[in-house]
Amino acid sequence: MKTNPMTEQSLPAKRPLSDWLRWNVAKLVVAPTFALIIFFVYGFIAWTGYVSFTKSKMLPTYSFEGVYQYVRLWKMSTWHVAMENLLVFGGLFILIAIVLGCLLAVALDQRVRAEGLLRTVYLYPMAISFIITGTAWKWILNPGLGLEKMFHSWGWESFSFDWLINSDMAIYTLVIAAVWQSSGFVMALFLAALRGVDSEIIKAAYLDGASLSRIYLVIILPTLRPVFLSSFFILAHMAVKSFDLVVALTGGGPGNSSIMPANFMYEMTFRRNQIGLGAASAMMMLATVMAIVIPYLYSELRERKHG
Amino acid sequence: MADIASLPGGNSPWRSAGRFGLYFLLLSFGVYYILPLIVVLSTSFKDLDEIRNGTLLSLPAEINLESWRYAWSEACIGVTCTGLKPYFWNSVMMTIPAVLISTVLGALTGYALTKFKFPGANMVFAMILFGCFIPFQVVLLPMAQSLGFLGLANTVPGLVLVHIVYGLPFTVLFFRNYYVSIPDDLIKAATIDGAGFFTIFWRILLPLSPPIIVVTIIWQFTQIWNDFLFGASFTTGGGQPVTVALNNLVNTTTGVKRYNVDMAAALITAAPTLAVYVLAGRYFVRGLTAGSVKG
Repeated sequence: MKTNPMTEQSLPAKRPLSDWLRWNVAKLVVAPTFALIIFFVYGFIAWTGYVSFTKSKMLPTYSFEGVYQYVRLWKMSTWHVAMENLLVFGGLFILIAIVLGCLLAVALDQRVRAEGLLRTVYLYPMAISFIITGTAWKWILNPGLGLEKMFHSWGWESFSFDWLINSDMAIYTLVIAAVWQSSGFVMALFLAALRGVDSEIIKAAYLDGASLSRIYLVIILPTLRPVFLSSFFILAHMAVKSFDLVVALTGGGPGNSSIMPANFMYEMTFRRNQIGLGAASAMMMLATVMAIVIPYLYSELRERKHG
Repeated sequence: MADIASLPGGNSPWRSAGRFGLYFLLLSFGVYYILPLIVVLSTSFKDLDEIRNGTLLSLPAEINLESWRYAWSEACIGVTCTGLKPYFWNSVMMTIPAVLISTVLGALTGYALTKFKFPGANMVFAMILFGCFIPFQVVLLPMAQSLGFLGLANTVPGLVLVHIVYGLPFTVLFFRNYYVSIPDDLIKAATIDGAGFFTIFWRILLPLSPPIIVVTIIWQFTQIWNDFLFGASFTTGGGQPVTVALNNLVNTTTGVKRYNVDMAAALITAAPTLAVYVLAGRYFVRGLTAGSVKG
């Protein structure tokens, strides 16, 4: 990191008063933001962490009970369902969104007409709330009047699509809606990177007789490795935080079949007066996110040092 | 991307077939993304008979705005039947101050952290940045308690506070990364001329900032307007923002399910952020890529 010339100036003991004031102005300006973050982020995490080690129910209590809530949490079948759902949903959502986003970006990068319009259409779902996405897809996928009826009216009488009310399949409706919402964003990330690929290399390879698909597979996609990585981490992060979409589309049901950790936490904390358990599940979510984010930041920092 | 079409062999029949396939692919996915919007829009214009007798794709016989009116001013959210109107205004009253305050604080903090670097400034930035990554579940409980303690539970000012605090890491990130690329020489020259902290900010940095201000405002606006988690956790009844009210409206079933009203309500809720996207899409995309935390 390049040091600011003024930083060195500040080290010697003797300096004019105006300088001294200036440094403190900077600190004073940063102070409120920093104080808010210390209190509302770090302080609150510490608080939640502490409560997760107590037997708090409706109101927080502060006698330390060790890992009682964590043991309880991991014995609950609902929590296991939520974690398994996170794995299934996260895995499919990340995979499909990346494949689709990458494919669309490559397709859009072929000097197509109306590129701007297509890009706008691919990306607009990202501007709306997951609650709206959930509401819209709930209507489209509803077994009575939605897709099913449309196919029936087209003469495919045996067509049946009951995923929303089928406890084995409800989780996949979340994947459909989440991919719809987020794949355009992945496309935008890939497209930005593709625009940065050196076109001379591609031309040279083409003139050497390499086919277009080979050029993409062998030359271009490997250079996009950082985009694959950042898309993966961003989508994984989104998956762990999924809450609104579940509420709006499936309500976690049928039963608890499509519940996710964030919904579990909300349910325990605000509906069932199990604050300690809610705190423990929140800490597990934090741990999951950190397990994803720390390698990401590490790889980003390392790349910048080498790059 | 290389202009391969202009290279030798660029016009074979295989290429035409390839182009056809390419456009087919692009258009099919265009349909996948746009169709839900069309279905929702057309459903909102139908009456219930049309919905029962038609299919998703059948178009409404006429543009019937009855369900829009009903969703706006009459539909029941829980036990109160006021439509979305008061909740929409809650969201407006919550979003505007939260966006403005978090943007101003973010700009000043980003400026101080890059142009008047004090020892430890990078550490302070890293600690603020951490706030971008946390799952908010981990702060919900203490926040609910604190809002109650401050007397701000179930109020719009309470939500404003929440959104300022948890928007700050992003606004600081945006401005800090933008200001880092502005040459220090500019500031040095101004310092020699005797300009102080705020004069430099006002005269030099701010005139260079409109792009990042627009990106930040759009990002914050979209995030805060679309929030559901904080609204659902800290408000009930009349204090809810519009996303929470929409969810309650859709899931309040008293008597006949009015799908047309649900869809109109969804579109009313989506309208502000969609309008921003259409008007300033370029900045929206820049915010998305910057907000996806590229350090």
